[in-house]
Amino acid sequence: MGVVTPGFQGRARSGNPRLPPGQYLAEDFPVLSAGPTPRVRTETWEFAVTTEKGDKHTWSWAELMALPSEKPTVDIHCVTQWSKLDTRWRGVAVDTLVGGLDTEADYVMVHAYGGYTTNLPLADLLDGQAWIAYEYGGKPLTPEHGGPARLLVPHLYFWKSAKWVRGLELKTRDEPGFWENAGYHDYGDPWREQRYQGD
Amino acid sequence: MARTAVSGRLAWRVARLAEFRDETPTARTLVFDLPGWPGHLAGQHVDVRLTAADGYRAQRSYSLAAPVNGDRVELTVQRVADGEVSEHLTGPYAIGDPVEIRGPIGGWFAWRPTNPEPVLLIAGGSGIVPLMAMIRARRAAGVRTPFKLIYSLRTPAEQYYADELRTPVAGLDITYVYTRELPEGRPGIPKRIDVATLNTAAWPAEFGATSFICGPTAFVETAADILQALGHDPHRIRTERFGPSRD
Ligand SMILES: Cc1cc2nc3c(=O)[nH]c(=O)nc-3n(C[C@H](O)[C@H](O)[C@H](O)COP(=O)(O)OP(=O)(O)OC[C@H]3O[C@@H](n4cnc5c(N)ncnc54)[C@H](O)[C@@H]3O)c2cc1C
Repeated sequence: MGVVTPGFQGRARSGNPRLPPGQYLAEDFPVLSAGPTPRVRTETWEFAVTTEKGDKHTWSWAELMALPSEKPTVDIHCVTQWSKLDTRWRGVAVDTLVGGLDTEADYVMVHAYGGYTTNLPLADLLDGQAWIAYEYGGKPLTPEHGGPARLLVPHLYFWKSAKWVRGLELKTRDEPGFWENAGYHDYGDPWREQRYQGD
Repeated sequence: MARTAVSGRLAWRVARLAEFRDETPTARTLVFDLPGWPGHLAGQHVDVRLTAADGYRAQRSYSLAAPVNGDRVELTVQRVADGEVSEHLTGPYAIGDPVEIRGPIGGWFAWRPTNPEPVLLIAGGSGIVPLMAMIRARRAAGVRTPFKLIYSLRTPAEQYYADELRTPVAGLDITYVYTRELPEGRPGIPKRIDVATLNTAAWPAEFGATSFICGPTAFVETAADILQALGHDPHRIRTERFGPSRD
C-alpha cells in the first residue's frame, strides 16, 4: 500500500466488476487526442494494409461499406481513467481485412489521418477482437470521436483504438507509436493498469 | 537507455505540501517538496495519487504550473463540484501531508526555451496552468521568443495568477475573453472565443507559430478548429484536454 494521505476517504467504492482498477464510469464520451480534429472526407478516404514484404491492399470508402459489417457492443476504457459500458458500434472486423494476407508479421503499426500512430500485436486485432468502426450509437461516427472511421480494440486502453484510421502496417518488429514514444505502454492492458512503459 | 529513464521517471515519489496560495475562491496553487524529482519541461503534467486509510486509491493528472526549481513542484488545482481528488487537494489537504506523484509525463505538449518560433497560448479556465509554466519558463530562460496568450474565463474573479499576469512583460501579449461577466468599465458583452477573437488576437497563420491550446474538451475543439480554418498548420497546433466541459 502507498503512503496514506491523512483525511482522504475517497468516493464510495463502486465494486463494479466490469470496471478495471482505477477507472470510473463516465456518462458522456470524453475526447482525448494530441492535436486538432482532422476533418476527413469519405470521397477521398482510403484505407491501406501493407505487409512486411511491402504488399499493399487498399479500400475506398465505398469498398469498405460493401464489406460485411458487425455490430459489437463493448466496454471501453481510457487511460485518463474513464470507462464507458455497453457502447454500440458498427464496423468491419479486422479479420475481414487482413485474414487472407500472406504475412509473418507479429506486430502492427496503426496509422491515422493527422499523423497519429500506435503499435500493438497483430494477434490483438484478430479473432473478432477489433474492428474498423464507422458507426457509434447507431449514427455515423463524428470527427471528434474519430470519424469517418476509427480502429476499435476495446480490450486495450482506448488510445490504441486510433481515431481517423487510415491504415495498418504489418511488421515483424514492435516499434513505439506516438503516445508509446512519449512513455505510454506498448501493450496497454487496462486490467493490469499498463499505463506507462514499465507498468 | 530510454526505457530505463522512463521507468525511473514514472516511479511514484512521496511529495509533501510545503506551501499553498489561493488563486481564486475555488482554485489553489500547491507547492510540494518532492525529493528526487528528475526535472521537467514546461507543459508537462504529473499523476497525483491519494491513498485512504483502508488502502483505496485515487489518481488524477495535473499540469506542472512552474518550470524546474530543484525539488519543488507546483500545481494549481481547480475545485470541481463533487470532485473526489480536487475537493481534497483544495480543502482539507494541509502543510506536511503526503501524496504520491509520478512524472513528468507528456513530451508533446511541451515548450522548450530553445524553440525559436513565436508561440500562441490559448487557455480556457484552468487550462492556463501548463501555459503559465511556459510563460514562466520563457522568463526564467531570459529568451525573447514572442508570446501571445489568449485567456478565456467566465468572470474576472476566476482569473489565476492575476498579479503576475498584470505586470507587463516585453514580448508577451495578453488578450482576455470573458464568457459570463466583464471587468468593471470594459465595453462590450461577454462572449466565447470565436473566429473574430482569434483572427484579431492570434498570430497570422504565415508566422508559423506553435500553438498550445488547453482547457475543457469543447473549448479546445473550438479553438483548434478556428485556428485551422484561419490557415494554421495543424501540425503546429498542440492540444491538452482537461476533461468535461461545464461551461
Ligand atoms: C493531462 C491533464 C492535465 C490536467 N491538469 C489539470 C490542472 O492543472 N488543474 C486542474 O484543476 N485540473 C487538471 N486536470 C483535470 C484533473 O485531472 C481532474 O480531472 C480534475 O481535478 C477533477 O478530478 P476530481 O477527482 O476532483 O473529480 P472527479 O471525482 O473525477 O469528477 C467529479 C465530477 O466532475 C466532473 N469533472 C471531472 N473532471 C472535470 C474537469 N476537468 N472539469 C470539469 N468537470 C470535471 C466529472 O464529470 C464528475 O461529474 C488535468 C487533466 C488532464 C487529463
